[in-house]
Amino acid sequence: MSDIIINVQNVSKSFGGVQANTNVTMQVETGGITGLIGPNGSGKTTLFNSIVGYHPIDGGSIQFEGQEISKLPVQQIARRGLLRTFQQTRIYGAMNGIENMLISLPHRKMKIWDALKTYTREDYERADHLLEFVGLYEKRMLKSGDLSFGQQKLLEFAMALMNEPTCLLLDEPTAGINPTLINGLIDRLKRANTEFGITLFVIEHNMRVIMNMAETIYCLAHGELLAQGTPDEIQNDQRVIDAYLGAH
Amino acid sequence: MAKNKTILYAAILAFTFIAPFAFPAFGTQLATLWLMIIVALTWDMTGGQMGYNSLGNIFFYGTGMYVAALISIGMVYDIGDYTNAAGGGIYKFTDLQYFGGLALGVLGAGLFCSVVAVVIGYLTFGLRGPYFAIGTLGVAIAAGELVSNWDWVGGGQGIALPVYPGDLDTGKIFFYFLFAAVGVSTFLFAKWLYGTRFGAAINAIRDDEEKADAMGIHTLRYKLYTWAMAAFFVGLAGGISAFQLIHFEPLESAYQTINLGIFMVVCVLLGGKGTLWGPVIGAILFHLFKEVTWNYLLGWQWVALGALIVVTVVYFQDGVMGYLMHRYPELFGIKVDEKTREEVA
Amino acid sequence: MDQILGNIGLLFEFPVVNLKIVLDGIMVGALFALAAYGLALVWGVMNVKNLAQGDFVISGGYVSWYLVQNGFPALLGVPIAFIVMWGIGWVVYKLVISRVIERDLFTSLLATFGLAIMMAQILNLLFGSDTQSVDLGYDVLYFFDGFIDVPIAKLIGVLMASALAAGVIIFMKSSRMGQAIRATAQDARAARVMGIDTEKVYAFTFSLNSAICGAAGAIIVMVWVIQPFYGISYSIRAFVIVTAAGLGNLPGVIAAGLGIGALEQYGAHIFGIGYQQAIAVMLLLLVLLVRLIQQRRNRQVLK
Repeated sequence: MSDIIINVQNVSKSFGGVQANTNVTMQVETGGITGLIGPNGSGKTTLFNSIVGYHPIDGGSIQFEGQEISKLPVQQIARRGLLRTFQQTRIYGAMNGIENMLISLPHRKMKIWDALKTYTREDYERADHLLEFVGLYEKRMLKSGDLSFGQQKLLEFAMALMNEPTCLLLDEPTAGINPTLINGLIDRLKRANTEFGITLFVIEHNMRVIMNMAETIYCLAHGELLAQGTPDEIQNDQRVIDAYLGAH
Repeated sequence: MAKNKTILYAAILAFTFIAPFAFPAFGTQLATLWLMIIVALTWDMTGGQMGYNSLGNIFFYGTGMYVAALISIGMVYDIGDYTNAAGGGIYKFTDLQYFGGLALGVLGAGLFCSVVAVVIGYLTFGLRGPYFAIGTLGVAIAAGELVSNWDWVGGGQGIALPVYPGDLDTGKIFFYFLFAAVGVSTFLFAKWLYGTRFGAAINAIRDDEEKADAMGIHTLRYKLYTWAMAAFFVGLAGGISAFQLIHFEPLESAYQTINLGIFMVVCVLLGGKGTLWGPVIGAILFHLFKEVTWNYLLGWQWVALGALIVVTVVYFQDGVMGYLMHRYPELFGIKVDEKTREEVA
Repeated sequence: MDQILGNIGLLFEFPVVNLKIVLDGIMVGALFALAAYGLALVWGVMNVKNLAQGDFVISGGYVSWYLVQNGFPALLGVPIAFIVMWGIGWVVYKLVISRVIERDLFTSLLATFGLAIMMAQILNLLFGSDTQSVDLGYDVLYFFDGFIDVPIAKLIGVLMASALAAGVIIFMKSSRMGQAIRATAQDARAARVMGIDTEKVYAFTFSLNSAICGAAGAIIVMVWVIQPFYGISYSIRAFVIVTAAGLGNLPGVIAAGLGIGALEQYGAHIFGIGYQQAIAVMLLLLVLLVRLIQQRRNRQVLK
């Protein structure tokens, strides 16, 4: 089990009468990139929210590094090193890029007296380095709220990296990003995975992106797990094709 | 720039020292001004910097008063007997007992309030926005009502403390400098705190707590510590007030929800929320307004104050500092895209 | 302590005392429920939390009291207070509330808190700080060998409160304005797109709230006493009720109102009348705490 970082077993979740997830089971392998696809409304984001603790689940179990997390609140899960980005980007709009990065320092590794220090030179250097990594170095002194949507998305990604997570859940990282920049982003995501050793679990609508990145892909439809496999297997799976074409 | 700042701070400090001697007639008012600065600065720690608008910080002021009084009395006499006699004048304090009681009482008040802030905060910080404001207001009102029914601490009559042992004018200056010392410490503490990672973390909680949670920031812990720090200084101020006022009672002077309790919020709004100098400027402006209306608007001063609150909140909520920041962002080191500036203008 | 135990013992020794307390509680609660309903209405429609709610109630009481002092019949005070407070509510809306609707919630809370201080002080200057009441001069009915006394004035008060509540419910259900109000409460933007003049709806809603409070106050002055600074405790009670019942839940508001009324009467009986204010506030904290625990179980917070 040691190489499985997130273990989702038979998770169900309904909102009122709507069954958003039904008996979903999937595993995310340590150190890899795992994809999650599915048509709109198939319950992908609900599953993400269940994993990171935004709402209680109706049944099943979710384990992170072998420990049950389905009853923990958001910040405790985040403090174990399981982080997420939001589909509708969330950054601190009133602060500039550097400040956003500094806030994202991993507080779980800080004792209270560390928190009472001012930021160190290394903190600033790391922030600069990561802003450069996502290509926002030039814009680092600007108020983040003034950045374009795509840039905010990159900033949020950089903030997540600043937090040094073990595992990062990305909710549609390429949505809203200028198509000419997407290749660069794929490259950065892959580098985050290899260079920083962060396990990635990615929801993605852009098939080209996910097929290029992920080693394993899970496909949800109507809240249920439809298929799983390598990109090749998924691409040729008739059920997945049907689901996307809306054939039922 | 840095040199200018040093001169400014030096000038303010010099004025602080000279003021009570230069304007002896206003000794008490000046001491009250420092009190306003303390409560405004501490309110801004949670309200302005952390986004938790408490209407119940006055709770710590009142509790500080009672704790300081009870410690200083309890060290010498039986509290129940003392309050029963209610200023019968039979209880004498030596100089040592007075100043020793004052020192320990005030310090104890600060520490006690810190601890209580953590306990109450643990329960109330799950509340957000208006619920937090009303919940904390509820705590303050409930405390006042309960204390006024608690005979052991003097009930609705309150407590009478011994009078300052020296002559009246030295007493005024003594209390002025006590308040000034706490005020300056509060300011320096806040200035330091807002520059640390801690300060950034509570700003993050203010701007988007859910995101801060998702980044693994110990939001509850930071909220509790911040409130405990604020409560410490308010508790000190309350303790000093108890000795300065000599006699105080629960509803009008200790847990004065609609007086000082709301004034501190208005001070901060008037000066500019979430800034270091805003609360100070606001406290000075508000105090001036209050003293002027008290002297010239016989009877109607309360209505004028209520109107000031409404007008500040409705029309001038960013305060003096907010206005300056919006008008001259460069002064505050905020970089604005030329494009957005044009849009604003 | 002994006294508290004695008071509790009394409840078991003479069960009929319970009946008296519950009856009293229901009468108080009916009036609390009116103020709470107004609060929920304004809260739901324009997202303004009105901390001056209790002061509108007290103002209504003073309108009625003033009329009686000048020779008007007491029962006429209720409709006149309704009308006068409607006007005052409209003025307050235009001057203050209309400018805080779009702002964050703390703004409205603080602005109305300032308003509450102003109103209380104006009443104090106009009418003095003594407690006042209006004596209708009706008899008191006695039941169970005099254990239970029900003044006819209180019965009339409860009847008038029920009639007012019924009137408001029918109005909200069937009139065009009522429908517009409910539509705005659900989605103000959609309502605007559909051609509803939301500004008018807001002004109307706030005036209506003020008028309901005023009428409640005019009833209160007939059965209890009022004083310029009693407003805040009525505001707090209204918040307790709305927090317990939730928005847009009229039966819930009425039930919570009656429940809070009864609980308060029990508290006053057990701990003594001096604790009445404290009990009202403690109930608020209790309700907040219960809601908090419920939310925490859902991994949520109370927003």
